[in-house]
Amino acid sequence: MNIQIRERPDAASSTGIKTAIADCDIHPARATKDELYPYLAKRWHAHLETFGIQAYQGMMEGPPYPKAQPNASRRDAYPPEGGPQGSSLSFMQKQHLDPNNVALGVLNPLATGQGLRNQDLAGAVCSAINDWQIEKWTSKDSRLKGSVVVANEDGVSAAAEIRKRAGDKNFVQVLLLSRNVEPLGQRRYWPIYEAAQEAGLPIGVHAFGFGGNPITASGWPSHYIEEMVGHSQCQQTALASLVLEGVFERYPKLKMVMVEAGFGWAPSLAWRLDKVFARLHSEVPHLKRKPSEYIRDHIWWTTQPMEDPESRDHLFQTIEWIGWDKLLFATDYPHWDYDEPSRVLPAGVSDANRQAFYLDNAKQLYGVS
Amino acid sequence: MTSPISGGVDCDLHPAVPHLTSLLPYMNDYWRDQVTTRGMTDLVSQSYPTNSPISSRPDWRPAQGKPGSSLADVQHQALDRFGTAYGICNPLYGVQMVFSEDMADAFCRALNDWLVKEWLDKDDRLRGSIVIPVQSIEKAVAEIERCAQDQRFVQVLMLVMGDMPLGKRHYWPIYAAAERLGLPIGIHAGSAYHNPPTSVGWGSYHIEDYVAQAQAFQTQLTSLIVEGVFARHPKLKMVMLESGFTWLPPFLWRLHKFWRGVRMETPWVDRAPLEIVRSNIRFSLQPVDAPPEPETLNRLFDHMQSDELLLFSTDYPHWQFDGDEVLPRGLSPELVRKIMIDNPHATYPRLKVGHDPEKRPPVFGQGHAQN
Repeated sequence: MNIQIRERPDAASSTGIKTAIADCDIHPARATKDELYPYLAKRWHAHLETFGIQAYQGMMEGPPYPKAQPNASRRDAYPPEGGPQGSSLSFMQKQHLDPNNVALGVLNPLATGQGLRNQDLAGAVCSAINDWQIEKWTSKDSRLKGSVVVANEDGVSAAAEIRKRAGDKNFVQVLLLSRNVEPLGQRRYWPIYEAAQEAGLPIGVHAFGFGGNPITASGWPSHYIEEMVGHSQCQQTALASLVLEGVFERYPKLKMVMVEAGFGWAPSLAWRLDKVFARLHSEVPHLKRKPSEYIRDHIWWTTQPMEDPESRDHLFQTIEWIGWDKLLFATDYPHWDYDEPSRVLPAGVSDANRQAFYLDNAKQLYGVS
Repeated sequence: MTSPISGGVDCDLHPAVPHLTSLLPYMNDYWRDQVTTRGMTDLVSQSYPTNSPISSRPDWRPAQGKPGSSLADVQHQALDRFGTAYGICNPLYGVQMVFSEDMADAFCRALNDWLVKEWLDKDDRLRGSIVIPVQSIEKAVAEIERCAQDQRFVQVLMLVMGDMPLGKRHYWPIYAAAERLGLPIGIHAGSAYHNPPTSVGWGSYHIEDYVAQAQAFQTQLTSLIVEGVFARHPKLKMVMLESGFTWLPPFLWRLHKFWRGVRMETPWVDRAPLEIVRSNIRFSLQPVDAPPEPETLNRLFDHMQSDELLLFSTDYPHWQFDGDEVLPRGLSPELVRKIMIDNPHATYPRLKVGHDPEKRPPVFGQGHAQN
């Protein structure tokens, strides 16, 4: 995983013709620091040069928990023409999209304006990233679809950006991150949900982000692995907040995708919510149904990093509790914990479930034929 | 339903301190004066509002006073009812919420002395957990050493949400003392509220705080394992109390996967997380966060890959089950015996020792509290 010891088999030749797949978590990167400047007003060029990007964490560049390898990405994913991993469309096509027969690739840009403290800058950078996704990626390869990134802490600006992109077929979802200034069910984020529902766009909630809160409810841990594992706990509490605040009661057509946070924890969380709700429903009278029902109806899950128990039966039982119709295959290309499409699902899955898992669920959710 | 067997160990009972003033006899003059002069209020934590349905089963709620504040009720409703041989008292009085380490120390000492006088001395089945002022490692270790002289104290109690992740080296002297004295560390649901009660900030509702306890346990388990607590203290046992346990298998799948990927970051973690959990970590039975059908729960037990992880608990007086259904349906008699008797005794070596009054040194009481 961390150090590539063996050569990866050439994906195209290893098993002959590949079945088409959807990859619901691809991370496009910028080749150079100023690649975004053409999409940003002059004012922001000077601002960025002078003050940089100020997020809800102290580092002027790079993450406070150093990643396991540069840019948290595969060492074999550097494009031959230079630039960081994931920054070249032609190399992404050659290394990933073509050999793995990716029919639908959902772009989730991570280094955007999300989680910035200056909300004007956040809105400008997010809008620029959205233009950049069209210009550099989706207009050049019709398999790729973008995610509308928004200034997540400023609901009004975020909703305006979503409405600006509504109906644009370059985009298939709105992207949020799991860690924000407040839990995602809080009212400051409701304009985002209202606009997304109106535009008919699902909301992807990708693990990560900075909101200024320690990544555990007991303060800051020491290690990168604690941050990596901890994203799943952040996702659980963010989802609990969405359910308990009544977001799905208020926006009944809203669909959400939990991206890169695991799915194995979903049954236990839903059972716990239901059990506690049975005791405490008087505190949340705005909920008309059991928490697990909102989760079952409104939530989809990307697969990477795939749950990997010793026994495949444990995996299959867990998926049955969630529903084969709710999983969306993802690789996380070009990140280091990339899931290889051909090796993710053990033997013993019906053709129909396999087809749903790898492609059909995503096409249906994202409305892509 | 599955019937409990007699002679079991109830690993999570919550005797309630009636009011902060109930602890005044166990404080010295200075702290008695502080409490009175400053008009300090009762230390009830938001984790368990007294009238919340979670905080007491309806039929265990007394006509007056806090649930769990009457010894007779605990005897009648928990100990006698389930044929309990030993019941471990885990006081959840909110002493961890204060910010002054001196105040926390005074309150913890008073609480521990109160537990001895008002509970352990009055029913030979009861055992205690040592509540410690975690803000000061020196004072926490001193309190562990002071209380451990009484063999009826069988564990050290900490809250799952405090100032720092529990694996941090800062806390290791506490773990060294506990290991040396044969005391497991019990980590109970609840927050000192020194950090937001979820890892994504402050929610709006009590129900959110309660649900989020399970996520807090998960992050603490990560911290304890990857910081190397059990490589340094291999004999130390930790018990997750009122944590839920159905989240454990998928949590370990994820931790194991990332440990394999980035273990170069924490090279001292020389065993797989699942093995560390099997040898060093235990979980109280209640709450059982699963549907009532035996098939689902038996699958979950299968996912846990061990029958040694669970310890019987009623979580009295908290509302986790109704009637006598303290054990989930469909458990085999062998598993019932493991959960109710074998696993707790393997975890708490002091349980039987403390039973003999001859071995109980009389170090507690009024005179001691004046020190």
